[in-house]
Order: sequence, then structure tokens, then C-alpha cells
Amino acid sequence: MSAPPLGHPAPPPPAGRVALARDESLRLLADMVRVRRMEEKCAELYGAGKIRGFLHLYIGEEAVAAGAMRALEPQDNVVATYREHGHALLRGVPMRAIMAEMYGKREGCSHGRGGSMHLFDAKTRFYGGNAIVAGGLPLAVGLALSKKMQKQSAVTACFFGEGAVAEGAFHESMNLAQLWRLPVAFFCENNLYAMGSDIDRTEAQTDLCLKAAGYGMTTLRVDGMDVAAVRDMSAKACSHVRAGNGPVFVEFRTYRYRPHSMFDPDLYRDKREIEQWKTRGPIHTFSARLKAQADLTEDAFLEIDRAAMQEVDEAVAFAEAGSWEPVGDLTRDVYTS
Amino acid sequence: MTITYREALRQGLYEALEKDERAFLMGEDVGKYGGTYAVSKGMLEKFGPERVRDAPLSELGFVGAGVGAALGGMKPIVEVMTVNFIMLALDQIVNTAAMLRHMSGGQFSVPLVVRTSSGAGRQLAAQHSQAFEAWFAHVPGLRVVAAATVDDARGLLGAALAQDDPVVLFEYPALFEMKGEIAEKSVDLRSSKIRRQGGRVTLVTYGACLPKALKAAEEIDAEVIDLRSLRPLDMQPILESLRKTRRAVVVDEGWKTCSLAAEIVARIMEQGFYDLDAPVARVCREEVPIPYARHLEEAALPQVDKIVAAAKGLFA
Repeated sequence: MSAPPLGHPAPPPPAGRVALARDESLRLLADMVRVRRMEEKCAELYGAGKIRGFLHLYIGEEAVAAGAMRALEPQDNVVATYREHGHALLRGVPMRAIMAEMYGKREGCSHGRGGSMHLFDAKTRFYGGNAIVAGGLPLAVGLALSKKMQKQSAVTACFFGEGAVAEGAFHESMNLAQLWRLPVAFFCENNLYAMGSDIDRTEAQTDLCLKAAGYGMTTLRVDGMDVAAVRDMSAKACSHVRAGNGPVFVEFRTYRYRPHSMFDPDLYRDKREIEQWKTRGPIHTFSARLKAQADLTEDAFLEIDRAAMQEVDEAVAFAEAGSWEPVGDLTRDVYTS
Repeated sequence: MTITYREALRQGLYEALEKDERAFLMGEDVGKYGGTYAVSKGMLEKFGPERVRDAPLSELGFVGAGVGAALGGMKPIVEVMTVNFIMLALDQIVNTAAMLRHMSGGQFSVPLVVRTSSGAGRQLAAQHSQAFEAWFAHVPGLRVVAAATVDDARGLLGAALAQDDPVVLFEYPALFEMKGEIAEKSVDLRSSKIRRQGGRVTLVTYGACLPKALKAAEEIDAEVIDLRSLRPLDMQPILESLRKTRRAVVVDEGWKTCSLAAEIVARIMEQGFYDLDAPVARVCREEVPIPYARHLEEAALPQVDKIVAAAKGLFA
């Protein structure tokens, strides 16, 4: 008996020449490797009991944050979800502050009050870290509204998974953003599974762009496993918003290699499907293309990887050396005064 | 000058918008319609559609947008037409507005004011007669205030906007035609207030029950304390009054079970037990959805005679 067909077979891997300056390509590659190494270390530290709570890893999806962040400028705002370690890092939150946060240490980017799902950083305008599915969308609409009212040119980039499109908050936010022509880039990371629920089991309309288009919004779709394509499409999306054309919706087709969280036994996906998507992983397909056009050597790749691992080691050492906030401070930061 | 509670709300809102250009009003029918209760009448013409912003029927969406706008440096005044509809926005108020400062390690405050109207008494039946103040008073990170007088109707909004925490401000349609003298230039957001001096019993209440408590007080020589701040609670005037009266009745338009009244009673037990000569009594909404028929609705709500009876019962 032959095996059943895969629910979500991986499309063919990205191929062909990468039409980017070499430095930019290497930056994108290094960013993806930094996220990958950090996430692998988080999984290890979770196993060792150093990180607790819920932990949602971004492994497999790195190309989306890596490419999209390159389209943003310092004055822009970023709103993300509970699978946001990579977004925080690539927005510029120091890895050591992220790691210390996961340890629950005072030196963490949320002073140990947030943990993995609530990374925040005022300096880089990183507004979390929201653990309610679609909870960040209305917030992003409001941030964009404030910038519009203040006549400031800033894009609010709002990352969320495809699971969020089933929530009322998604639809209300689409309508408000388009109705008021707000400068928001809705970046939908479609990894095909809302925790254990396949998109085909939960959505009557699986064409996500159609949903946004129903509100009159400009929509774009891109292969989220191809970091160069993600970068270009994100730049196009942000230019549209920056030019005062109102919001944009971008669907990034991607895949997570790990279970939803560390508690998920991952029984709802065919293992062959996961393996097939891994064959088109964003890091190795991109580095192979760069090598083919002589923009990357194996030694240079190893150097990128070595630097990432060193950054991870330093972040872990920083987190280990961090301090515990005194219990006497328990009730601080509930009110401003 | 004597004005109505409605006019006081209008003045407070007008002053808030005039005083700070970061302040803006957003909600259903606040602009073109002039406000469900005519509180924002004329303001669209005065302040324009950016600052008197009509929103679609998307409570979750526009309350969340208020949170985001507050984070972005504005001073949003978000109007949720009535507390009955606020459940649709609870996620943004509780999971986002109230938690954000803490879970960001103190980096982000949310200077948002959510105005809403609460209470029964107008034969609007179960789904338009709720009183959910206690739900919000349960949540650390929120400030919850109730305007029971003309002064507070005018002054609480400005006081709420003057600080940086999210505030849920309750207004009471049952009081909209009530007239009063504007006596105070500014009001204190954080304190409860003695509304009537008395010696025999302490009545603790808030919101639309205040006039009922004041009326009952005339029959029983009661001291009447208006909580005003429902979170955090200011217990000091209550405890001081108890040392004098040694008896208390808590009057609360919410359901008795898990109510604000329950919290007040518990705190009196913790902090004022030895000052009591009788158990603390409660007059609350009966444990039933509010019925349409007038006589049944009246029977379901705290009334003057019930308050008097409860107070007299403490001397039996």
C-alpha cells in the first residue's frame, strides 16, 4: 500500500541567481543563522530546565523575520506574537537581553516579567511579544493611527500567524486599517498550522490574501522560505505604506520545523511532510545559491556560523550571570505611580 | 451654577479635548450622531473628524486601537457605548492594556481612558442593563472609577487623562438628568468621598446607587461614602466612619456574588472587624438577569426601602 499524499507538500526550493549585493546577501544569511543557533540553544536550555513556561521556536521560518526586518527603519514600530525571539533579535534587541529574559533574570529585555512570549524593547520600538492570538493586530492599528495623527512617517509592522485570521480581531483590524488608510504592514506568517490545526481544517477560505482584499487592501504573497524574495517583497510592501497608500497585507508561505511549543507531541503532521519542507530550508538553500554564484565560500559560511555560536555562548553566559529581582519588588510596574 | 450630569460630562469632555491636542475621542456614533447620550454633541464640528472619530461596531478593534494609540504617544478617550458591549473588548482591556506595563518590565505605559455607561433602571432588559464594574476592579493594572455626582461627571475624565495608567471610567445613564452644583474645580481620581455626614450607620456605595443611598440616609441618620475609585479602593474614610457608626451597609448595583460589595465587606472584616457592633449588610442586584417588566426590574435592583430595611436590621 502506498503512503497517503502529503497535506501540504513543499513547493520546489528557491533557485536561481540571488540579485542582491554580496554584503546584503551575507547579512541576510548571518541573520538567519543567528536566529537558528539561538533557537537551537533555547531548545537545549529548555531541556536543561533553564528556560521554563511556554517556548515557541521559529526554526524553519527564519527567512521571514530576516527579510522583513531589512525593510524597516529605526522610527518604525514592530508588533509580534509569542513566536517572536527571531523578530526581537533581528529588530536589534541584544541577544543577551533576550536570553536573560528567558532565564527570568532582571537583566532581561522585560526585566524577567515577560519571558519567552513577552519580549519588549522600547529602544527599538519592539512592542511585544503578545501571547493572545491576533491580540497584536488592534494594537498595531492604534500605533499606526497615532503616527498618522502625529503626521510622522513610520510604518507599523505587525507580524502574526495564519491562525490569527480566524479571530474577529483580525477582521476588525483589517477594516479599521483600510477604512482609515493607516500606515500598517500586516505580515502574515502562514506556516499552515494553528497549533495542531491544519489550515484546511479551520478555514473556509484558505486564500488569505482574498480575506484582506475583501477589505479593499493591497495584498502581496511571497515564498517565505526564500529570504531574498521576502526581503524584496517586504521592501515593496513598506514602500507602499510609506508613500501614504494605506495598509498592506503580505502573506509569507512558510513552515515551522519544530512542534508548536515544547509541550506539543506533533502528532498532527506527516513526518514526511516535515522532512520534505526541511529539504528546502531557508538557510541551506540560500547559502547554496550564494555559493553557486561565488558570493559565499564554505569557509565564509563556517565563519558566519562560528560567530553566531559565539554570540549565543556570550548571551547564555550573560543570562547565567544575571541576577534575580528581589521578591520585595514583586508589585512594581503594575501602575506608573 | 447648576447643571445636569449629562452637561457635566459634556463639559469635561470638551475641556479635555481643548486642553491637550493629543487627546481624541473614538467610538461608535460619537461624531456625526453626536454621541448616543448626546454627550459629544457639537464636538465633531468643533474638533474635526480626526479627533472626534466615529468607529465601526468593532469594540475589540477600536479599544485595541486605543491601546496602540496610547502607546504611540496619544491620549485616546475611547467610548464604548455601554458596558453591555464591553465584553467584546475585554481581551484588549485586560490582556493588553492592563498587563502591558508589567509584562514589559515597566517600559510601556498605556495612558488610555475607556468611557462606558453602566447600570439598569430604564426597562432595557437583560442585555442592556448590566453592571460589570467589579469585573474591571478585579484586574491589577487598571484604574476603575465611577462618576456618581455632577462634579465627578465633569472632573473624572480630566483626572484620568492626567495620569499614565489605563482607566475605565463608568458613567450612569440613570443619572443623566440629575442636576447639581459644580462645586469642585478638580476631583481626585484615587479617593473615596464622604457625601453625607451621619452618625448611626455607614452606607458605602458608588455610581447610580448614590442618590438612593443619600435618600435612605435621611431616614436613618447614615453617613454615606461614595467609593468613586473602584480600583484601587480607598478604605480609609470607610474605616474611619465605622469607628464612629460601628455599623455598615454596602449598596452595590452589581450582582451580590463576587461583587465589589463582597470585597468591601471582606476588607472591613480584615481591617475594621473590632469596630463593628453588627455584621455588615449588603444590598445588591438580585441574582437574576434584569427583567423587562417595570415592577420586576424595580424588585431586582437596590432601592431606598431595601437600604433602609437593611440598615434598620443592624439594630434588631
